[in-house]
Amino acid sequence: MPIEFPVLNFFALSPIIVVIVLALVVMFMDMLSSDKTVLGYLTVFGLFGALMPCVPLLNQTKAPTFQNMVVSDGYAVVFYIIFIVTALLSSLIALTYLENRGMQQGEYYILILLSTSGMMLMAASTDLIVTFLGLEIMSIALYVLAGFNRRSISSGEAGLKYFLLGAFASAFFLYGVAFIYGATGSTNIHEIGGWFSTNEIYQSNPIALVGLALLIIGFAFKVAAVPFHWWTPDVYHGAPTSATAFMAVGAKAAGFAALVRILAISFGGVFTVQWQIAISLLAVITMTSGNIAALAQKDVKRMLAYSSIAHAGYLLVGVAALPASNELYRVQAVSGLLFYLMSYAFMNIGAFAVVALLEKQGKIGTKLSDYTTLSTRQPFVAFVMLLFMFSLTGIPPFIGFWGKWYIFWAAVDANLGWLAAIGMINSAISAFYYLSVVVQMYMHTEQADVETTPIALPAPIAIAVTVTAMFTLLFGLWPTPLINLMSLAVFG
Amino acid sequence: MELTIFIIVAVLSVVSALGVIFNKNVVYSALFLLVNFLTIAVFYLMLNAQFLGMVQILVYAGAIVVLILFVVMLLGEQLGEDISSWVTPANGVIIVLALILLTIIGTAVTDYPTTGAKGDFTPELIQEYGQAEMIGVTLFTDYLLSVQLAGVLLLVGIVGVIWLARNDEQLPATGDVPTKEA
Amino acid sequence: MSQEIVQLLVDIVKLIIIASVIMGIFTFILLVERKLIGRFTRRYGPNRVGPFGLLQSIADAVKMMLKEEMVPGHVDKVIYVMAPGMALMTALSVFAVIPFARDTVVLPLESLIGFSVYLTPWVADINVGVLYLLAVGSLGSYGIILGGWSSNNKYSLLGALRTSAQMLSYELPLGVAVLSVVVMTGTLRVTEIVEWQTQFAGLAWIVFLQPVAFLIFFISALAEAGRAPFDLPETENELIGGFMTEYGALKFGLFQAAEFVHAMMFCTITVTVFLGGWNMPFLNEILNIMPTPIQALAPVLHLGIFIGKSLAVYCSLIWIRASVPRMRFDQLMAFCWKWLLPIALLNLFATVMGLAITAELLGLW
Repeated sequence: MPIEFPVLNFFALSPIIVVIVLALVVMFMDMLSSDKTVLGYLTVFGLFGALMPCVPLLNQTKAPTFQNMVVSDGYAVVFYIIFIVTALLSSLIALTYLENRGMQQGEYYILILLSTSGMMLMAASTDLIVTFLGLEIMSIALYVLAGFNRRSISSGEAGLKYFLLGAFASAFFLYGVAFIYGATGSTNIHEIGGWFSTNEIYQSNPIALVGLALLIIGFAFKVAAVPFHWWTPDVYHGAPTSATAFMAVGAKAAGFAALVRILAISFGGVFTVQWQIAISLLAVITMTSGNIAALAQKDVKRMLAYSSIAHAGYLLVGVAALPASNELYRVQAVSGLLFYLMSYAFMNIGAFAVVALLEKQGKIGTKLSDYTTLSTRQPFVAFVMLLFMFSLTGIPPFIGFWGKWYIFWAAVDANLGWLAAIGMINSAISAFYYLSVVVQMYMHTEQADVETTPIALPAPIAIAVTVTAMFTLLFGLWPTPLINLMSLAVFG
Repeated sequence: MELTIFIIVAVLSVVSALGVIFNKNVVYSALFLLVNFLTIAVFYLMLNAQFLGMVQILVYAGAIVVLILFVVMLLGEQLGEDISSWVTPANGVIIVLALILLTIIGTAVTDYPTTGAKGDFTPELIQEYGQAEMIGVTLFTDYLLSVQLAGVLLLVGIVGVIWLARNDEQLPATGDVPTKEA
Repeated sequence: MSQEIVQLLVDIVKLIIIASVIMGIFTFILLVERKLIGRFTRRYGPNRVGPFGLLQSIADAVKMMLKEEMVPGHVDKVIYVMAPGMALMTALSVFAVIPFARDTVVLPLESLIGFSVYLTPWVADINVGVLYLLAVGSLGSYGIILGGWSSNNKYSLLGALRTSAQMLSYELPLGVAVLSVVVMTGTLRVTEIVEWQTQFAGLAWIVFLQPVAFLIFFISALAEAGRAPFDLPETENELIGGFMTEYGALKFGLFQAAEFVHAMMFCTITVTVFLGGWNMPFLNEILNIMPTPIQALAPVLHLGIFIGKSLAVYCSLIWIRASVPRMRFDQLMAFCWKWLLPIALLNLFATVMGLAITAELLGLW
């Protein structure tokens, strides 16, 4: 049979290709080099290389590529930047963290890079098959990363739990895709949307509704929304801290990237009421239970895990605001979400970097009491931790405030004022546990039995916390450039 | 005649699927799963999708169920044990939910007749060029990206499994001591 | 009776004939094997029952049938009884797509029943025949695994575990080797692969064009069939017979038969895919210049050639069994994953590149 080879626009996918090739290079170097630290630096610099093609891509007209399987529009490129920055910062943390724990291994960086490529694919994909493949590439790498510390029981537990529940989530997602395909005869999200708008009788087809529900459940698992969050605390707590930072931000952002695109394009005109209600309810219980559970934590790493559930709730508010009455509001909601994810990447990775620094080999070092007197033992780290905690709470003038501001504003515009109000109440609740870390660091210095030895600050982690703290503060004081970047993020 | 075969195979398929769930012995469940996969292969064959049918047998019946049996045997006692009872409140809830889902799907299928897949491939084309060839051509043109990504997916799996299954002696000796945090 | 039903009946009859012929060959070749092994090890082999020991196999069969059919108390009865049958059934079903000759014989019965009956020299000629061979071949391990597990005996279980690992591993190089043949011939239909080999006066046997693929296929087939030197599932000296330990009487006989049929199945696949099938070099050319009555005998000739080739390949298996010592299990796995599979993949890659370059040079795109 005659084959007509399609014309492929490789440039549109160049950031993804660079990341995958980088993973292969790291794999090859892993074979040659016995000093695995080199691989970490190679990863970091290579990721800078992956950032390069994003700049021309942002200004380019949005051409779909690979037979409409993916599209590199502004939305996708902004997500590329988020993922690459996440991978970059968490690799910097890993350089120190893995060294300290004696597990500096090439496989770690290979998995981080491949996982990043999966996330980027989820953001770029316009076909449910590619979304699924991206989801699996991301998740399988994350399962292994969660269980990467094979000498620790809790890390093994994290890997296994994440794998079992994640496999369930993937099955839900796939089942949903199958239903949607059955109802519309296509896996391309544009064609699905178009099919609903041309065949109006089918707009109430319950099979498509069931498929949509299963799809949302699958994504809710991945972004750790309540009641699909049971894996989150154990996994985030057990996994190596550098990997936790990566998955807390990256997996969440990737889940939202794909969810928002599918909801906005395929289901923008059909079942809107249903999914808006469902997402709003998810948002309410996710915010509330995440925050309340975080209040009770005595372990900072676990507290951050619960707080990440709460943040998924705030982000869901932004998703619920998507079916706004006009196009402007819709763009506002999307750019608000992106801004929030970017800001979350900076402040959360920064916080995890501090946690990683304080973790001691053979001991735990993540208890709240371990943070006592941090202000005298390592004043700089204590100060940046203070910034991150304020920012995560949403106190102005930090970046976290603006993220919440844009999202709640979008919710108000979408006539979801009550949701925004619940979000604000929750932010107030979250102040209790975030600020208790600050209190520990600065106000319990007079106790007798605490350690007073200064903590060394290795270069990679110093860079990571400095950069994240700088962005947290800088974009907090002057968010305009960042929000301008986010407003470029429209669907192609 | 085709309808008769379909009904027989369909009944077998449903019974074996139920057998997978409700059997108390894991090995029997795996065998029912095998039967289920084979019936699905027969469905593919009846729909004139010989390639898919054969791949179904090759991959699922030939490799995956063998692996399942392998694991069951390797773990032996713990997994081969009988499950005491299926009659629990949780299972009741699950059955009710499953029935609701079935009802929705059933009514939807009758109310909204599906239009079928909308590919460009007519039976005549398939007859002319052969099924495997058509699938190959589609995979390497329209679904090229998916094929390549499947390669990346396999790479991730290989790297991950090699890391997890590596001998402990090859790990650096300065690793974490196994700890069970509260 | 409609034509459809008659053809269906013909197919069923063909299946029965194939099964009985193979089981007939079994009794005969068991004797050949024991005789040959005897000669290889400087013994006489069986020579007491009948002239030259010719009736030895029949005596064994009678003995096996007359033994008491017992089921040990500690086994899982359903699976225990099912396993030997499963082993035999999966091995036998492969023969459905093997073409034993080239031409379809037409029985002109219009005057009697109103239509002609077509006797094809194969049971089914499906367009994914090669996949069928691999798929059904991969089911062959079930009999052994289930037999080993249901016996509830640690030796049997060890044998079963070894088998499943071995079969899963060796399926990969086997499949990749066949894949390079498929890439070369451009078809998945078994009859077309044989037909392809009749090019150049029947000299285009794939074994000449793909020697590496042939070797890999042959070695993997040995392992898949559990033949020496890969007969680890049933090692007498370490596992007391492996999965067969708890079996006796006719069920044991069935396992023996299944093992033979499995090996025979790979012999016929080897002949079909690599050794020209029913064809011999220059055979068709000679037949073409012969008078018509002799040409009409072509199917019989083809069938004879096919059976002869298959038996010759089987005899080489016996030869290997007598001359190569059994491998250790870790060697077995390392050999597959570290040598066979990479070489098979490289061979596939080289095949594809070779075809692409040839096509480029000849301007075929």
